[in-house]
Amino acid sequence: MKIVLTVSSSSIDAEFDPRFGRCAYFLVMDTETMKWEAFQNPGINASGGAGTQAAQFIAQKKVAAVISGDFGPNASAALNAAGILMYRNKDSGSIQDIVKRFNAGELEKVDVPSASGSHH
Amino acid sequence: MKQLVILSGKGGTGKTSITAALAHLAHNDTIPLVLADADVDAANLELVLSPNVLEEHDFMGGKVANIDLEKCIGCGKCELVCRFDAINHQGRKYQVDPIACDGCSACVYQCPTNAISMELQLAGHWFKSETYYGPLFHAALRPAQENSGKLVTMVKQQARLLAMDANYPLLIVDGPPGIGCPVISTVSGADMALILTEPSLAGVHDMERALEMTHHFNVPAVVCINKFDVYLDGAIQIEEYCHKHNYEVIGRIPYDSSIIEAMINGEPVTAFRPESPASKEIHTVWQNIIQFMNLN
Amino acid sequence: MRITVASGKGGTGKTTVATSLAISLALNNPALPPLFLDCDVEAPNAHLFLKPAFKDKKDVSILIPSIDESKCTGCGRCADVCEYHAIAVLNNKVLVFPQLCHGCGSCTLICPTKAIREVPNVMGVLESGITPLDINFAHGIMNIGEPMAVPVIQQLKKWAAPQPGQVVIVDAPPGTSCPVVESARGADFLLLVTEPTPFGLHDLKLAAQVAKELGIPVGVIINREGIGNASVENFCETQGLPILMRIPYDLAIAKGTAQGQALPEIYPKYTLLFQQLFAEISRMVVHQ
Repeated sequence: MKIVLTVSSSSIDAEFDPRFGRCAYFLVMDTETMKWEAFQNPGINASGGAGTQAAQFIAQKKVAAVISGDFGPNASAALNAAGILMYRNKDSGSIQDIVKRFNAGELEKVDVPSASGSHH
Repeated sequence: MKQLVILSGKGGTGKTSITAALAHLAHNDTIPLVLADADVDAANLELVLSPNVLEEHDFMGGKVANIDLEKCIGCGKCELVCRFDAINHQGRKYQVDPIACDGCSACVYQCPTNAISMELQLAGHWFKSETYYGPLFHAALRPAQENSGKLVTMVKQQARLLAMDANYPLLIVDGPPGIGCPVISTVSGADMALILTEPSLAGVHDMERALEMTHHFNVPAVVCINKFDVYLDGAIQIEEYCHKHNYEVIGRIPYDSSIIEAMINGEPVTAFRPESPASKEIHTVWQNIIQFMNLN
Repeated sequence: MRITVASGKGGTGKTTVATSLAISLALNNPALPPLFLDCDVEAPNAHLFLKPAFKDKKDVSILIPSIDESKCTGCGRCADVCEYHAIAVLNNKVLVFPQLCHGCGSCTLICPTKAIREVPNVMGVLESGITPLDINFAHGIMNIGEPMAVPVIQQLKKWAAPQPGQVVIVDAPPGTSCPVVESARGADFLLLVTEPTPFGLHDLKLAAQVAKELGIPVGVIINREGIGNASVENFCETQGLPILMRIPYDLAIAKGTAQGQALPEIYPKYTLLFQQLFAEISRMVVHQ
């Protein structure tokens, strides 16, 4: 399955970046083969609508799920509409650790918007 | 990495002076920090931190429509669709008022001869500087420009990326007055907001608006009263409001001319005159922040 | 005659000066008191000083898109043209984000199947009333969480129009960007209130540049004179910016304004001083 993680640099050793919409890079990964590719976040400096831009961007990558720290209401609504599942990761660790936890079903699935306020 | 933003609602309550003092105290406690001045309209933090500018970057702000008069056939469709009163004409000559133009591009898409293009404006500059207390990110918006929210986001983003890359535990953001888009951009992602208020009627009124805003964006907030002794009834009103709405008042700074003297000297007040009444109370504020944000 | 009171730096005393000026004019000309517009819609305070009895109210709204799903083909043109990322098309579903929308209408115009119509989205409120001295008062209050002050200010100015010959006093927000520009647009004179400190000087320079961009004549009021140094005064002299009034730092003034009293209520001599200020501004505007 193809998933996305929000990260702070473009390598597999990147640190997990908890803020969807403002992360530096999106790491798209195949959970079975562990093949990955990193993309710069096009909306990183948008004054508003970063979340929606990010959602539209990863929707084009045809991923099944996204792992981040938090999703604002705009991003949640957009990802929901796109049929992309959202998971929260609150622990530190490498990308590989986080993907392992995801595969084991240990990450929290998001059902409702997590932060109120929809400007950013 | 934790983000502390200093806000007020009302202007002139002392945000910048307090930010500089907190930077000094954090540095004294060997807590490495990054600083960001989010008041891009009127950036004052540099005046008390003596920054050494390391990098300067152009900031391209909003787009402005530009009409190519060679292609224009004078149909007036652009003026008709513009919602911002930004297009007018003299005879057959159509022109865009760059200050009124919102950059929406509606005219571009509606022009039958493709005579309009959008041009990015140089709206200002942002800087990465070093100060004695840590790296400082700040900016200067060219006067009469729009998009201060976008430039604030750029400044904060740069500060945040450095703080994360280099493992700084703390980012302090000096916020602008008000509650609109530059403040919303400042508040986004904050772990704690320190609302600095003054005991005037106006100060109390605006503090309430600022607290409603931090509440709306789910950012925990604490309050500090500056110049509390100028109008004690106002200070009491603030304490009552905070008590009623469960906000901690973490400091009560007396009116102290040392703050302005320190400003004139280009230093944080806690460095300039550590024994002054204001400096002593700011120490208390800082200790409370360490506790509330779990910085130790 | 329209005078906008601005500053650059917050907290210098714009509202104190603007309300004091309005009160002095009302006392001088009770037959036609001024119109007062508080354009600091993010944090309005002038009503605390002028104490109007509010009578009229109006919602401020901008038009945002509403999609008729039966006509929508999911082509995504609306999202393509939106400069503010306020519309997203995902999985053939259209999402609108009202707080990002600037109400430009571009998406509505571009939709090839006319599937979009516009509906008002309330972002604030305008209120007006009369003060005890018969000053016509109006202000705008932007809703918490709304990012844009400019539409509220624009609608306030249109809604609260002056009577013929009525002086208009506009209290601007702090800063130097779009809300201040919108508040100052159309003014005959820009009165800049500053304080004699390094922050005051720094921001006065920026505010003076805004005035220059807008082509509006400028005068300066130094408030809380005595708390800092002479750098503001020196700057004004070298730049040829007229200093029209100096208000000393005074504990009685600090306490009085903290309680919502304008200067003429604290020291009656300010009634005449502000009338003289107005006369001087009128002379300067005529000479333009």
